Amino acid sequence: MHETNMNTKPSILSIEGLSIAYDKDKLAVKDVNATIKKNAITAIMGPSGCGKTTLLRAINRMHELYPNISTQGKIKLYDENIYDMSTIKLRRKIGMVFQRPNPFPTLSIYENVIAGYKLNGIKLKRSERDEIVESSLKDVALWEEVKNSLHKKGNFLSGGQQQRLCIARTLAFKPDVILLDEPTSALDPIATAKIEDLLIDLKENYTIVLVTHNMSQAARISDNAMYMYMGELIEYDETTKIFTNPKNISTQNYITGRFG
Amino acid sequence: MNQTNTLEVKKRIDNIPDKFIGRNLRNRLFLGAVILFSVITISMVFLIIGTMLFKGHNQINWAFFTQTPPNTFEAMMAKSSGKLIPGGIVNGILGSLYLVSIASIIAIPFGVLIGIYLYENSKKRYAGVIRDITDILQGVPSIVIGLIVYLWVVVHVSHGYSVLAGSVALALMMLPLIIRSTEESLKMIPDTLKEAAIALGTPYYKVVLRVLIPTSFTGLITGILLAVSRILGETAPLMLTTLGNPSINWNIVKPVSAVPLLIWQFYNDPNMVDLIWSSTLFLMGFVLLLNLLSKWIGARRKM
Repeated sequence: MHETNMNTKPSILSIEGLSIAYDKDKLAVKDVNATIKKNAITAIMGPSGCGKTTLLRAINRMHELYPNISTQGKIKLYDENIYDMSTIKLRRKIGMVFQRPNPFPTLSIYENVIAGYKLNGIKLKRSERDEIVESSLKDVALWEEVKNSLHKKGNFLSGGQQQRLCIARTLAFKPDVILLDEPTSALDPIATAKIEDLLIDLKENYTIVLVTHNMSQAARISDNAMYMYMGELIEYDETTKIFTNPKNISTQNYITGRFG
Repeated sequence: MNQTNTLEVKKRIDNIPDKFIGRNLRNRLFLGAVILFSVITISMVFLIIGTMLFKGHNQINWAFFTQTPPNTFEAMMAKSSGKLIPGGIVNGILGSLYLVSIASIIAIPFGVLIGIYLYENSKKRYAGVIRDITDILQGVPSIVIGLIVYLWVVVHVSHGYSVLAGSVALALMMLPLIIRSTEESLKMIPDTLKEAAIALGTPYYKVVLRVLIPTSFTGLITGILLAVSRILGETAPLMLTTLGNPSINWNIVKPVSAVPLLIWQFYNDPNMVDLIWSSTLFLMGFVLLLNLLSKWIGARRKM
């Protein structure tokens, strides 16, 4: 595990000795140590079952929803251990976008974007709400397409648009980090390209961590990449270095398509 | 070697006589039987509805909905002079509505909350126990429920037949249906929706109240409507808990009438027989309306 030029950039998340087990014996994540850099896109890749989704979910403690899960180690957001924070406060700072777009079906587009505030009982003035909705939708390049149908329910939107709506919903809290779990695997190539462009735009203001099954996607858009295998972090470096000159034989086999 | 064997097998398969004619006939007989039984069943339903309409329609008038039943002497007089029996079943209609409302107020909160509990903890052993008890409750004969509520409420609480007792009995009958349909409706919500709400930092009780319940609302309403249409026609438990009342009553600790109770009373009185048909017609119509309503709600939400 080598971190070279990456060390000079500021970091935002520090994963220290993280091990996660389902059911006592099965370790899904084994002693991972890594620092996620600020305002960069970090991709987590690896074959199925390598623990990348579990690792991602550990960052906003969504993995705790699984029964019998046990966690050891720390993850620090700006020097504060997230396992000591309240999950409610944590999830406002670290948002998550899922594989299948999941806008709330009973709410309108407007209400979906502002859902985080509403569900938490945070009262805002009408003007503040309008502003948040507009700026979030603009940030995901959906404003022009939906500005006249804000109060309709989102089911007429295409898959790609729905996913962008979900990203807008996450952005409404202006989180520090956005976690994405294979966000484009359910989308067609054109929608995928739009989301990838969007992520590149977003990294200016947010830190992005992305799990992807698609190596080429990692190569296209990420600055840094982690390669995981069987729960261990095998290699973590700048993307260009991982893809052109991997230091570990397992990484090389994965990248050249020998398995996975 | 293998090739000759394959060829032989193929020849044998090709030469199997095709019992084409026999099979066709059997097909048709089967189809015919299915159609025949369906037609018989549906005709039964039409016959029932037809009989009720034919016998009961002339008694359905404004008085039917606004007046209380006549006494047996008035009925006899009307019958012997060939006139329509005067009066109506307003005490029963209002009584039924009163009972159903109070029963719903009792059963819905308990039923929905237990349904939510079962959904949340579905794998735990305790949940399995509760589910089994719910099934047992559903199987208890309605008259037994009436007896139990007689003991608990009529004797100890309201000291007499009352709306309260009747409502408690009906609520006990609604409970298993509401619990089941709540749990099933919640199960139909994809997990991704729950995760989305949790990832936004929503505390768990809010996820349930503001995301899960609204999303499964159609299913919940359908379950409630079906439970209501089930208890509208229940007679046995009411006979033991609210007995009946010749006039309208709004006092919760006093007895009240109900449409099925009136049907039973009319049945026992040879002069009031005509009123049975109109009451039955009304009851069936109301239950049918509720069923159609719940179907309509189900169809609307699916859009």
